[in-house]
Amino acid sequence: MSTLIISPSPHVHSGDSVKKNMYGVIIALLPALAASLWVFGLGALVVTVTAVAASVLFEYLIEKYLLKVPSTISDGSAVITGLLLAFNLPSNLPVWIIIIGALVAIGIGKMSFGGLGNNPFNPALVGRVFLLISFPVQMTSWPKPMANVGTYLDATTGATPLSIIKEGLKNGEKLTDLLKEIPSFADMFLGKMGGSAGEVAAIALLIGLVYMLVRKIITWHIPFAVLGTIAVFTGLLNLSNPEEYAGPVFHLLTGGAMLGAIFMATDYVTSPMTPKGQIIFGVGIGVITVLIRVFGAYPEGMSFAILIMNAFVPLIDRYVKPKRFGEKVK
Amino acid sequence: MLKTFSLGGVHPAENKISAGKKIEVLPTPAQVSVPISQHIGAPSTPVVKKGDSVKVGQLIAKSSGFVSANIHSPVSGTVFKIDNVLDASGYKRPAIIIKVDGDDEWDESIDRSPELKKDIDLSPEEIIKKVGEAGIVGLGGATFPSHVKLSVPPGKKCDVLILNGVECEPYLTSDHQLMMEKGEEIMVGAKILMKALKVDKCIIGIENNKPDAIEHMNKLAQEYEGITVQPLKVQYPQGGEKQLIDACIGRQVPSGKLPIEVGAVVQNVGTTFAVYEAVQKNKPLFERVVTVTGKSVKSPGNFLARVGTPINDLIEAAGGLPEDTGKIIGGGPMMGKALVSTDVPVTKGSSGVLIMPDEMAHRKQAQPCIRCSKCVSVCPMGLSPYLLMTLSEKGIWDRTEEEQVMDCIECGSCSFTCPSNRPLLDYIRLGKGTVGQIIRSRNK
Repeated sequence: MSTLIISPSPHVHSGDSVKKNMYGVIIALLPALAASLWVFGLGALVVTVTAVAASVLFEYLIEKYLLKVPSTISDGSAVITGLLLAFNLPSNLPVWIIIIGALVAIGIGKMSFGGLGNNPFNPALVGRVFLLISFPVQMTSWPKPMANVGTYLDATTGATPLSIIKEGLKNGEKLTDLLKEIPSFADMFLGKMGGSAGEVAAIALLIGLVYMLVRKIITWHIPFAVLGTIAVFTGLLNLSNPEEYAGPVFHLLTGGAMLGAIFMATDYVTSPMTPKGQIIFGVGIGVITVLIRVFGAYPEGMSFAILIMNAFVPLIDRYVKPKRFGEKVK
Repeated sequence: MLKTFSLGGVHPAENKISAGKKIEVLPTPAQVSVPISQHIGAPSTPVVKKGDSVKVGQLIAKSSGFVSANIHSPVSGTVFKIDNVLDASGYKRPAIIIKVDGDDEWDESIDRSPELKKDIDLSPEEIIKKVGEAGIVGLGGATFPSHVKLSVPPGKKCDVLILNGVECEPYLTSDHQLMMEKGEEIMVGAKILMKALKVDKCIIGIENNKPDAIEHMNKLAQEYEGITVQPLKVQYPQGGEKQLIDACIGRQVPSGKLPIEVGAVVQNVGTTFAVYEAVQKNKPLFERVVTVTGKSVKSPGNFLARVGTPINDLIEAAGGLPEDTGKIIGGGPMMGKALVSTDVPVTKGSSGVLIMPDEMAHRKQAQPCIRCSKCVSVCPMGLSPYLLMTLSEKGIWDRTEEEQVMDCIECGSCSFTCPSNRPLLDYIRLGKGTVGQIIRSRNK
């Protein structure tokens, strides 16, 4: 011993790290990835590989040549953005569009704000919504489930359950008849329906949720607030007029409600810091999602709802404080 | 369900390597340096001068105010000089340096017999006076003068005494071992404190990782009316005064207030033992049990050391300084101070010496905040560490104060937990210091 190290306390650390949390999320996404490969086959594989590779590559290039800062690609956050972007895209989307999506997600959604920790909006959703508005045709053609395992661009397509109901109701059809046109709830739970590559299998996403809760990567507040609000809101609508409004099970299983509530709304960087704030955030997402789905022009509203509530996070954190010790004198 | 405090908390690896090691009496050193500021409050005023000969237990520096403490000679010998020496804070501060003679001659008034003395002869007022005279301070590490805590301010009422046997800091075992070996004395000490505070209820809080101490103290408590043992779930920082009160009786001390606000007084078990010795044996506080421990330490243990002993003597007694030493910590790993030298003397507040191998002694590179909110969820005071750090870093002091920075107990749970290894507590301390100054100047 030549010199003693001097530093303020604490002198020990939990050993937790950004990497551990990020890789934990990646592990939690694997069941959903497996499900998307099972349901959409080759297309899902191409979309996922492209989105992840492009996201990581853009982060690397921007940090190296534009920002000239040390690379952070090994922290795993760019991989998550890539995975989540892929999960939000149809599995027959051309590679060049996916690459544009990744560039917007990483370049504008994340790096332009200063990289991990500084972005106000969920990067994957920024990319996804950019593509949805720019390429509405390609972004709303949905490969049929289980029928396109060996195909990619030439996949046969069909509508998603949400758009079947939305269009049908608009054309004056009866909900009871429309519900016969969509897959059974059991099939939907397993992921056998049209939709974005990673959003369809509720069961796989729920396994991911349990994993993240057990590993304490996230807490229950946001996912339960989002899903609970959607269930209650659509449940009340359904009770008020069962002929016009689909019930909570339908809404929970479709349109990326699970993917959004479990993986997108829980993004650390873009969600509030206190349990109370997280519940407000989650309720807001649930309410906006249902409003868009039921009364808005788009058949699905999850992405917009999350992005809108992302914008409220600084405000929520400014006014919602954690429960202080000693506040309540017994 | 075991009781614990209601907000936050972490569970660091316990590493109680020296648990169960019998308290060894450390030989008196050749020379001691007794700092005149070993407690919270005003430094004591020396009452001896160069060349004076002193006995063990003789007053050498007297309390200089209500919040201050007497200091007694831990050895017999000759005052060599009063000079500045390095202390645990890393600053040079005045200390009385005494050259030890070989006789170890104790002041005659101290009862050195080992018999337990159960009957309490003194009145409440006399007890508080005695505790003050004996220079007793909180031995858990806070070193707040005990007689001040026992003097319940007018208009306030105390209804329960809580003894802190939690020892929530990893590695440390001195309180644990003291309960195992001096449990009976602690019981009598508790009765003395109860008498002084005029309460008939005493709860001893002990964490569940010390089942032997819980059982032992529980058995002893059967014979002492009003004393009960409360087993607690292992959760850091349960030894914090406010957390312990919350855990034991479910009352939360309001922001900026003292425990007496909710009718409680907390004393550490080590302090309680010192009170027993002072009141029953007329022995002032000049020695204490110190844990010497660490992953590479040859024979970790619990040592009874005189105040003023260089910690080097303690390290030698535990097998010497390991080759791979990177950091020496006075206290535990969560709240202890990194020491600048092995010459630093043992003081009343020294609960342990933790020797950390070099590989464990370095901090990791801090990364950007990913807003995971783990610091918020572990904060036992319900604060937002991430926000306090940013506000302090940017020097936005009014908002730092508004966010209740002064409530921070500096337990370190936030920095411990942060996955980005951010120096949260470093900046919060900065904020606390500056805001504290602002508040003081405003109140002038």
